[in-house]
Amino acid sequence: MNQKIAVLTLLSQNIQKRKSALPLPGFIHTRWAKGLGLKRGGETILYTGQMYQIVPYLLALQRRQRGIPSRFSEKLIRIILLINPVINVSFLGTIGAVKREERDYYFGVLKKIVAHLRQNGIEPGYLYEKELYAGTLAHDLGLERVFKEHTRRLLETFKKDGVKTIITVDPHSTDMLKRVYPKAVKGFDFEVKSYLELLVEKGAKGLKAKKDEEVVIHDSCVYARYLDVIEAPRRLLKRAGARIREPRFSGEITHCCGGPAESIFPEKAREVAKNRVDELTKEAKTIVTMCPICHLNLKEACGSGARVEDLALCV
Amino acid sequence: MIRVNPQLKKEIERYGDFNANQCFSCGTCTALCPMGLKILPREIFRFSLLGSEEKLKEAEDAIYSCLLCRMCEANCPQGVKISENIRILRTYFTERFFKI
Ligand code: SF4
Ligand code: SF4
Repeated sequence: MNQKIAVLTLLSQNIQKRKSALPLPGFIHTRWAKGLGLKRGGETILYTGQMYQIVPYLLALQRRQRGIPSRFSEKLIRIILLINPVINVSFLGTIGAVKREERDYYFGVLKKIVAHLRQNGIEPGYLYEKELYAGTLAHDLGLERVFKEHTRRLLETFKKDGVKTIITVDPHSTDMLKRVYPKAVKGFDFEVKSYLELLVEKGAKGLKAKKDEEVVIHDSCVYARYLDVIEAPRRLLKRAGARIREPRFSGEITHCCGGPAESIFPEKAREVAKNRVDELTKEAKTIVTMCPICHLNLKEACGSGARVEDLALCV
Repeated sequence: MIRVNPQLKKEIERYGDFNANQCFSCGTCTALCPMGLKILPREIFRFSLLGSEEKLKEAEDAIYSCLLCRMCEANCPQGVKISENIRILRTYFTERFFKI
């Protein structure tokens, strides 16, 4: 069985059975919100799509995979696909391999986003355990039947909770909810806004960048070319007093981080990320991202001389 | 020899708004692609339009390594929805070959 079919089958099983690409138990994907006092549900909610929460577990899974000799992998893949419908193998594979500092980082981004929203007078609700993944990978990789089923589940969750406005935190879920879902499932009529745009709209109060630090912006291709979100991150950084540098390829012609190829062609993804890091670090040693997948991919490709920071933590 | 299936284009079109026939093979997409896809979008599209399922199948890796980043699309003079066409081809592969 080739790697592609294995990944697609696993993904399809996970989304159909456990409603996520990398299914995490509810107490894990909601842990970031502990102690924040976010109310349950409500008309305006913060929707994480579980993206920032999944990344540290994805990193753990990758580390585990690298440790498996290739002569075992064919057999192992067959066993995994056989038992995955019963046992959550993707999560099981991460146990003991998750790095605390990585988890704290990505959970910290979400906390900071809530803090920014509150400083700007927005008090969103959160669906906690009921929050579902947006199904991006099923859509992008052509698992159309699985994706369609999933859209109905997400619609139902939002409707049941009386949601009207959805604040998103990453480009992929934003694009799904804003552009893809209204066409894919009838009745998906929510107002969807990325937190970046919302903060700009509210005057971007209380933002503060590190003094005298130059940062280079890495636009997410989804924000830039699917959603036309190019100005908002720049406005936030400027408002916070950051000194912004632009790479040769930025805004509408930004270069991709390579992340979308990670699940099926990891080596190629790393090569694209390395090229992008080289481009970016010509301008500054701190790279600002606004997507957890960009962050993960560029960080893995970064040498010790540079660092990658999520925008929410830069301002 | 290429075996041709005149129905192929129609079958692919069942999965979405496939507008590959607008491509006039200028090569802009190829020059800009960060993945340096070995089989270029325009060739993949030609196989689909010609009805060569065999050739399309050979391009499987290229079809799945596309990042859907739209760098090519932003510069395509013909307004080909390259990323959406690739996504539609993936759906076709899932149903026709992988049966997932
Ligand atoms: S840029 Fe557009 S018209 Fe030119 S080869 Fe690519 S898809 Fe065809
Ligand atoms: S969308 Fe695909 S074909 Fe187009 S530039 Fe990006 S990776 Fe290359």
